Amino acid sequence: MKKIAPLLALLLVALYVGSTLRAPKNSAEFDTVGFGKLPVLLNGRFKPMDTVARSSLLQLQGRQTVTRADGTKLQPTEWLLDVSFRSERADAYQTFEITHPELLALFDLKIEDGAGKKRFSYNQLSPKFGELDRQAKLARAVESAARTTFQSAVVQLYGNLIHYQRLRHALTAPGRADFLGDLLRLQENAEKWRIAVKAKLDKQPHDEAAANAAMELGERFADMANISGPYLVVPPAPGADPTDWKPVGAALLETFRSGRVDSTALAYAGFARTWRNEEPTRFNELLRLYRADLEKRFPDRLGKSDAETRFNAAQPFYTCSILYGLAFFLALASWLAWPAPLQRAAFWITGLAWLLATGGILTRMWLEGRPPVTNLYSSALFVGWGAVLLCLILEKFFRNAIASVAAGAIGCCTLIIAHHLSLSGDTLEMMQAVLDTNFWLATHVVIVTAGYSATFLAGFLAIIYVARGLLTTSLDKATADSLGRMTYGILCFATLFSFVGTVLGGIWADQSWGRFWGWDPKENGALMIVIWNALILHARWGGMVKTRGIMVLAIAGNIITAWSWFGTNMLGVGLHSYGFKDAAAFWLITFVGSQLLLILIGLIPLEKWRSFRRSAAPTPAGKPVLASR
Amino acid sequence: MNGPLRTARDFLVSLKLTVVLLALGLILVFAATLDQVNLGIWGIQEKWFRTFVVVQPMGAGGTSVPIFPGGYAIGGLLLLNLIASHFYRFAFTWRKAGIQFTHLGVILLLIGELLSGLWQEDYRMQLHEGETKNFSEHHLNNELAIIDTTNPAHDEVVAIPEEIIARKEAIQHAKLPFRIVIKEYFPNSDLAMRDAGSTRPPQATMGIGMSVAATSQPLTYKQNERNMPAASVELVGTSGSIGTWLVSTSFSPHSRAPFLQAPQAFTHEGRTYRIALRWTRSYKPFSFQLLKVTHDVYPGTDTPKNFSSRLLLKTPDGREDREVLIYMNNPLRYGGYTFYQHQMDSAQGMTGLQAVKNPSWLLPYVACTMMTFGLLWQFMIHLAGFIERRRAAAAANP
Repeated sequence: MKKIAPLLALLLVALYVGSTLRAPKNSAEFDTVGFGKLPVLLNGRFKPMDTVARSSLLQLQGRQTVTRADGTKLQPTEWLLDVSFRSERADAYQTFEITHPELLALFDLKIEDGAGKKRFSYNQLSPKFGELDRQAKLARAVESAARTTFQSAVVQLYGNLIHYQRLRHALTAPGRADFLGDLLRLQENAEKWRIAVKAKLDKQPHDEAAANAAMELGERFADMANISGPYLVVPPAPGADPTDWKPVGAALLETFRSGRVDSTALAYAGFARTWRNEEPTRFNELLRLYRADLEKRFPDRLGKSDAETRFNAAQPFYTCSILYGLAFFLALASWLAWPAPLQRAAFWITGLAWLLATGGILTRMWLEGRPPVTNLYSSALFVGWGAVLLCLILEKFFRNAIASVAAGAIGCCTLIIAHHLSLSGDTLEMMQAVLDTNFWLATHVVIVTAGYSATFLAGFLAIIYVARGLLTTSLDKATADSLGRMTYGILCFATLFSFVGTVLGGIWADQSWGRFWGWDPKENGALMIVIWNALILHARWGGMVKTRGIMVLAIAGNIITAWSWFGTNMLGVGLHSYGFKDAAAFWLITFVGSQLLLILIGLIPLEKWRSFRRSAAPTPAGKPVLASR
Repeated sequence: MNGPLRTARDFLVSLKLTVVLLALGLILVFAATLDQVNLGIWGIQEKWFRTFVVVQPMGAGGTSVPIFPGGYAIGGLLLLNLIASHFYRFAFTWRKAGIQFTHLGVILLLIGELLSGLWQEDYRMQLHEGETKNFSEHHLNNELAIIDTTNPAHDEVVAIPEEIIARKEAIQHAKLPFRIVIKEYFPNSDLAMRDAGSTRPPQATMGIGMSVAATSQPLTYKQNERNMPAASVELVGTSGSIGTWLVSTSFSPHSRAPFLQAPQAFTHEGRTYRIALRWTRSYKPFSFQLLKVTHDVYPGTDTPKNFSSRLLLKTPDGREDREVLIYMNNPLRYGGYTFYQHQMDSAQGMTGLQAVKNPSWLLPYVACTMMTFGLLWQFMIHLAGFIERRRAAAAANP
């Protein structure tokens, strides 16, 4: 049983992981999954509609699913289809998150009016758009760092509404009952309408009805082109620059010059009609034809789109966070009962989760064509990945579940952090010019991030030492010794990596800006980690601290690493001040506070620690643990 | 060795000193990082790092109070501590070689940072397409230039650094047949058209200053802004005042308003001069002509993907006459300078290059290589020892 139980646990978990990796299925007769795979060029990157839908929903409401008023759930792509083609229905979905009470008051809304007490629909907000517009103008005049929470909330909601408007205008003109009919009429009368418009503008005799029809449509097209500018959906003509994709609105405006309605625009208008009229067979057939046409010209593009859709549906990092959580509890339980099997199960599940995370990170790297760390989101993934790898190695040697507890906790926490960082939009964004270098991203950034991983891991091992020693009697001499050795080893590793990473950053800076060291906040943050790790090692070598002292110092290392990772970005100065959310400041302060508390707890005299109270008493001569204080 | 000397030696070589200095260094770096919000990246370097004592102005009175040891003090002591313990404890063994190598690297790195603080010069070079320049301009410093343009073959320039102007004393230069009297000086200023009905007398009797007035502005430390000093300068010859000019770095070819771009010229005793307060220039024995700027963006966005400048590099002796390309992450090292792509305004066909002269630029590379090898060496020895012990332990109790 003791041998079989861990294997059984592993098997169950592997089955669960396998089930998440299956190809996504359509929830109704419409091939919505297929629609989700269609490519769009947005913010410099080709991505599937599915990613657009998911990252939009994350940005608007912090989660990927939409619940309708009748309680049924919508997949992200289904929501996008409604926004694009049946906006009167989508406008009633409660997808705008508002938590600021004063902002709610602005809309005369109460928290009870919202789904989950925080999500509201476009229709609920639209009566007060004028006032929101006025408030947004006032708030935008203030520098972002100096805005009040109300002003930040106004600016954020305003941005979200613009985002929603863009989506509504990206594929068809909202509010037209039969856009395909409009386009087909235009196709039929293109030449006649063009002549009528020209004559009208030249104040010549003309067919008034034709001119008006043309101009009305023209205005709609121009609206689409202006509002949904960033959504480049229409591929270039064969032989043209392959990156020269256009918004649907712009392609439609071309009709008045070319006399031919763009085929992509027609296809999307066809999707709109069949979606509105609930004709799944026709929708699916149209999708098949359109895709076959794209497939001939952009096979690679579609290949990546398909893979990304599959990746989105699998949500490997979500699965990972669950597995890490499970491993954490199993490893924790192994200290109380059934040590060997639980320890082994925790180790294997951690290993499986780590493999899954590795696969996820590799997929992202392949999709982006970049090294693993390119922004804050991916740094969170990588910090967790690196720390768990170190834990697996430690656990392989020490087999006492300590590293598994650390792996579970750090793995889970970093993925939760990553989730919150993903709320600001697409996580595979393009790099600014100066960062557009795979060599330095692959060396400096990866190594510095590995340094963060190791410093955090040392800090977490120290927390385990303090918690177990003070609160339980389980920290016997052998465990305390091995924790001491583990922490020391990881600290050495952390020093090496943070140092080499920082130095490589200096060399990059010398190559790019002509200075090895510029005292930029992020550089200083990395330097502080190096100094701190060096300080701990020197204090140990000089005999100034023993095991407990190292542990307390290592916990302080958590504060310094958190500052370097996030705090420096919050200053809003320097070359590295990219990507930052206001909410992060609160969490950073909370984290620092918790670590300070742990340091204080760690400084309680050892005689009061439960583990040492007992072990010290019966062997007064040896004092095995106190001796290594 | 007697008592006090031994105490001093023990103090200098002690690991306790190292730890204390590291802790102080950490606080220094952290405080300086926070202070960047107020002082910017250049301001904090002067205040926190390139000094022995950090001085903080307190209260409204502006009395300066020393609050912390500066970078020179902490770095210097750390350097002493490192060198002293190195000599004191030095005994070569393979086990210790990594540590020794690493610390030698740290010593070099500290020296390198000190030297670049002392020697490094940062300049900017702004060029428009078609324009040729043989000088770059300092990114912070300014100078009052009086240029004798009488000889069409070459100009004779007398340049007076801004620090001297700031003293507001009369200046006599051997090459100039007049004295320079600084009547007003603003370290940062704003310009406005002078009100016709203003009761304040104009700041100048000659040139642009008759119609434009400069007002004092608080100093800026923002990274994308530059202080624009102004001064009211009277030139006094042997037979009395020649005139008073308003000069400012705002009057320059860089100005947006065309009427501020024209140089202010005058004649005195048959010679023609120009007077200008300008960004301190550093002339080079070669010139750049900007041929073309390119600004690539990601398709469908404004996000820049790359900036590049194609330049024609020439020396007067004709030995160099070739095209060079400078772009992001790819600088040009030439003539002791390194030219980096810094800014770009592709709509105006303008590029901004950064020119850095740092004779000690190689030191960090050497230091880093040594330290990396040292750390790797040490890490490997520890790893090998650890694995060996595990193996022994496993063999002892299988």
